[in-house]
Amino acid sequence: MASVHLANVTVNFPIYDARSRSLKRRAMSVVTRGRVRSDPTGRISDAGHRVLVRALDGVDLTIEHGTRIGLVGRNGVGKSTLLRVIAGIYVPEAGQVAVTGKIASLLGGSLGIDPELSGRENIELRGLYLGLSKAEIRERLEDVIDFTELGPFIDMPFRAYSAGMRARLDFAISTAIAAEILLIDEGLGAGDASFIDKANERLEKLAERAGIVIVASHSEPLLRKTCARAAFTEAGRVLAIGSVDEVLERYNASLAA
Amino acid sequence: MEAKTETGAGTPRAAQRRPSATLQRRFVPWVPFARGLRDLWQGWRDYRELWISTGWYDIRKRYRRSLLGPFWITISLGAFIAGLSFIYMPLVGGNAENYLPYLAFGFVAWQLISNLVIESSNVFIANGPIIQQLRAPLSIYIYQMVWRHLIILAHNSLIYVAVAVFTGLWPSWQTLLVVPGLILVCINGISLGMLLGTLCARFRDIPPIIATITQMMFLLTPILWHADQLPRRGMLVAFNPFYYLLEVIRGPLLGQAPSLLVWSVATGITLIGFIVALGFFSRFRDRVVYWL
Repeated sequence: MASVHLANVTVNFPIYDARSRSLKRRAMSVVTRGRVRSDPTGRISDAGHRVLVRALDGVDLTIEHGTRIGLVGRNGVGKSTLLRVIAGIYVPEAGQVAVTGKIASLLGGSLGIDPELSGRENIELRGLYLGLSKAEIRERLEDVIDFTELGPFIDMPFRAYSAGMRARLDFAISTAIAAEILLIDEGLGAGDASFIDKANERLEKLAERAGIVIVASHSEPLLRKTCARAAFTEAGRVLAIGSVDEVLERYNASLAA
Repeated sequence: MEAKTETGAGTPRAAQRRPSATLQRRFVPWVPFARGLRDLWQGWRDYRELWISTGWYDIRKRYRRSLLGPFWITISLGAFIAGLSFIYMPLVGGNAENYLPYLAFGFVAWQLISNLVIESSNVFIANGPIIQQLRAPLSIYIYQMVWRHLIILAHNSLIYVAVAVFTGLWPSWQTLLVVPGLILVCINGISLGMLLGTLCARFRDIPPIIATITQMMFLLTPILWHADQLPRRGMLVAFNPFYYLLEVIRGPLLGQAPSLLVWSVATGITLIGFIVALGFFSRFRDRVVYWL
């Protein structure tokens, strides 16, 4: 049984500019004592030698098996960070994270993609990063290649691909593994209409098999189609959890305000 | 009975029986290292196929469209050694049979050691985009780096063959001692990755400092010259960790077993370095992703 449980999770990102990253600046700040400034939302602070951005601010969230939940909120409210905390990439400064179940994530970005390697080699590489063994990759390789519809291009270097071809390859590999917890950040990248349909269908199948699906998106159709529930996030907090319709209504109202 | 349990509280066996909350408050020697050890172990057990492949990809992609591929590393190294020996042999006053193997094997070993030091400082920075997208042990990037340099070393073993044939130096039983020598150097590579990789992710001025020092150490370490040629600079040899780690590779390749002193110091450096690096890595491992 998959479950996600976060209690009072706080994540601060230290933002270093070229100067504050250096030893010299560090040494200087000990002498001069940093001044403290803050912004109106209280999420940015200047603690001595570094600027801190509070990405998550005491988030409590429990997601039980069988839940498909959407994360709704403006840009920069911490949706992606929340997904990455659940994925185990960021270990929070304070609070507890307890996640059970194998995780698959579509977090955007080109994990482990090497433009000099061929599409086939990139499939293998990504598979290894996702924790598959070489034997498991060999089993799935033909399926993944079929899904990309790249044909002879699969043996060309990735750098020769168009944006749409890249998105196809990216999506096909990432969705080749079954997982109990599926994390999706934003919808799909480039790709023509027929591919988007095909991808959505595959995502749907993947979501059906997973115990928990968490989607961060601005796309209302995607959220309505994939999720039953949604969480409204603002300024690093999860303010409310409810049905998708309720939360989207509240979100749209907050945008209009 | 109660008192007896209390006195035994410091030992791992007694600690195991206690709930984990108590365990963290008491001082148990291995707890400060647990996080780093777990990372090293998971990276070794679960991700070996990954870093073995990525180590190869690193080399293959660099030479993708070239005919000779990774052997260019060997050729350029060979050419450099030939040039150095041409100039330095008369200066140092050696003959081809002695000086050429000494310089060639010393330089091959130096390439391995110095590249491990320099690349350690970039090991997490270079893999930043992946670290920010993937939950995986950080040790996989360290293993990948060490493995890549072992592959390069394997290509460079051609230099060993060429020099051995040219000077008539045949392998002996002592040559096999290069295996423990290499193991020591690789463990140091892992320690450097844990220590410098973490430190440099946070402070970006350290990589150029490391590169500068390493470059200087090439001249200060007996590679071009013999340790006994500069008796008044004995300090450079006695207190130079690079010397001992170089010697456990170069000595066996020259058919000489390194002295007991060399082995003990090299092992000591390796052990102490590993413990310090592991403690540091355990403490800051979780912060690395925030610094990238």
